[in-house]
Amino acid sequence: MGKVFHVMYDDDDTLKQAATQLVSKGIHIREVYSPFPIHGIDPIIGVKRTRLAIAAFMYATTGTTLALLGMWYFMIHDWPMNIGGKPSFSLIENLPAFIPVTFEFSVLCGAHGMALTYLLRNGTLPGMPATNPDPRTTDNMFVMEIAADGQAMSVDELEAAVKATALVELSVKESH
Amino acid sequence: MQREAAIREPLILGNKTYKDITDDVVGPIEGPAPMGWKIMITIAALIAVYGVGSILYLLGTGIGVWGLNKTVGWSWDITNFVWWVGIGHAGTLISAVLLLFRQKWRMAINRSAEAMTIFAVIMAAIFPGIHMGRIWVSYWVLPLPNQFGSLWVNFNSPLLWDVFAISTYFSVSLVFWYIGLIPDFATIRDRMKKPLAKKIYGFLSFGWSGRAKHWTRFEEVSLVLAGIATPLVFSVHSIVSMDFATSVIPGWHTTIFPPYFVSGAVFSGFAMVQTLLLIMRKGMKLENYIHVKHVEYMNIVIIVTGSIVGVAYLTELFISWYSGVEYESYAFINRFSGPYSWSYWIMMTCNVISPQLFWFKKIRRSLIATFILSIVVNIGMWFERYVIIVTSIHRDYNPSSWGEFHPTSVDVGIFIGTLGIFFTLFLGFARFFPVLALNELKTILKSSGENYKKSHESH
Repeated sequence: MGKVFHVMYDDDDTLKQAATQLVSKGIHIREVYSPFPIHGIDPIIGVKRTRLAIAAFMYATTGTTLALLGMWYFMIHDWPMNIGGKPSFSLIENLPAFIPVTFEFSVLCGAHGMALTYLLRNGTLPGMPATNPDPRTTDNMFVMEIAADGQAMSVDELEAAVKATALVELSVKESH
Repeated sequence: MQREAAIREPLILGNKTYKDITDDVVGPIEGPAPMGWKIMITIAALIAVYGVGSILYLLGTGIGVWGLNKTVGWSWDITNFVWWVGIGHAGTLISAVLLLFRQKWRMAINRSAEAMTIFAVIMAAIFPGIHMGRIWVSYWVLPLPNQFGSLWVNFNSPLLWDVFAISTYFSVSLVFWYIGLIPDFATIRDRMKKPLAKKIYGFLSFGWSGRAKHWTRFEEVSLVLAGIATPLVFSVHSIVSMDFATSVIPGWHTTIFPPYFVSGAVFSGFAMVQTLLLIMRKGMKLENYIHVKHVEYMNIVIIVTGSIVGVAYLTELFISWYSGVEYESYAFINRFSGPYSWSYWIMMTCNVISPQLFWFKKIRRSLIATFILSIVVNIGMWFERYVIIVTSIHRDYNPSSWGEFHPTSVDVGIFIGTLGIFFTLFLGFARFFPVLALNELKTILKSSGENYKKSHESH
């Protein structure tokens, strides 16, 4: 059981300044809710770079492999056909004709794999409830969430530090 | 904070704040439907019903009800298919290629252009589907184990490449579009007062809450999707062009086809975006977000791609003579002087001459001129496909079977019907979806908003 501060700002740059100010005092900011991406906030509050792009690359190479394997099986191994006298006895000989589908299938797997991973990692899925502390944070307000637990200072000191920033609203809630 | 050169025209006009952007875009969704919208969607839906009727009649009777004959075995069906796929190229080009180039003006138009893409690709997919005749066995295009051997689909065929290209393009565009929509649905959810609408938008928003980490991922996903959607855009229409280019028909068997088709697709796609947006910005009072500068940028893309298309037409013509192949040169002489010369000259006028008018700044920045020319380009691009397809095959190697193609009422009904279905879907989108990418527009307000730019100058 600890107190959770929701500090509201009406501007992205003000929030960024306030965050820099608070972090320099050793305060850990748990979360920032904003209506659009605030560029440059991640290093301040310690959000690490996402590895989604690496995941996308792995999904795409899986797609490449599956496509080539499939076409080798269908066209070369299981039922080779003589189409217009073109060779169909080895994958390498037939490869030029297989490039378009290989490319498309790689993109298909890469894009959908990444999109699904993105939704799952975010926990944004059909029917999930909204968890932003104030409905205005999807419109024009920016909220910083700070947990009093685990900070190097007392709750009162924390409150004083927060109030020293250019905030517009402060709400303190007990967390469970 | 990011600054932009003062000489650049602002992209968001008026004294806007973050709140204003939300109000301007979400406001029309909350209010009652305007009369003009009701009239338009009724007309579009009636045409759509007629189109569906024509399709059902075709499926029940067989493709003999089209005007196809001995030599012209492919006509309006494939013309409409290529035309719709071409229109479907602007959306992903705007959202993917322009994202990679960091073009901020795309943010006002990408959402509706992507919606247009998705609806246009659905319309395109109807045509190969119904051309199969037995649409209920259309799953045969997939490599599924079967009782025929197993006899697999032919991966050497561009028609099969098309199956993969179109389905990948459609589903990736849809995902790209939806991922961008999620945060905007959340904005609507948090504003909605009506309980049912709030529930629906809440469901559609997937519980988006705008956390910092989620936004980082959002931007990464957008960037990577843009990166892989860019070659996808080029590959899709290249593959469509290979449906023709890998055949041995004079007039089709041309290596110039892939780049020529891709630029033609972008050309017609941008024209359709202009047609739709010029109406939408007026109807939904979005003049401050989609204004003359955006229209001018799109017109510049139209000049560039239109000129590429023009050069391609002339190159084709020259090479048909220079190659010394008599069948090849006959195919082109027949195009511009044969029974279909009228369609060739419509194509030339609409696609080669009309976009050149945009070199004049007055015309390029005139909304009325742009609207008229965008429709002219749409007509021209339809005729381009008609010319390529019908004139190349109506006179084959055997003069006794030469003939001409005459569309039947079913041909016309299905084409007009797809226009009806397309506009019904687009009008539905304009009514219930956030038509501008809210969250993205807010990120450029400080660098490209009129009031912010003015205050930067005064410092």
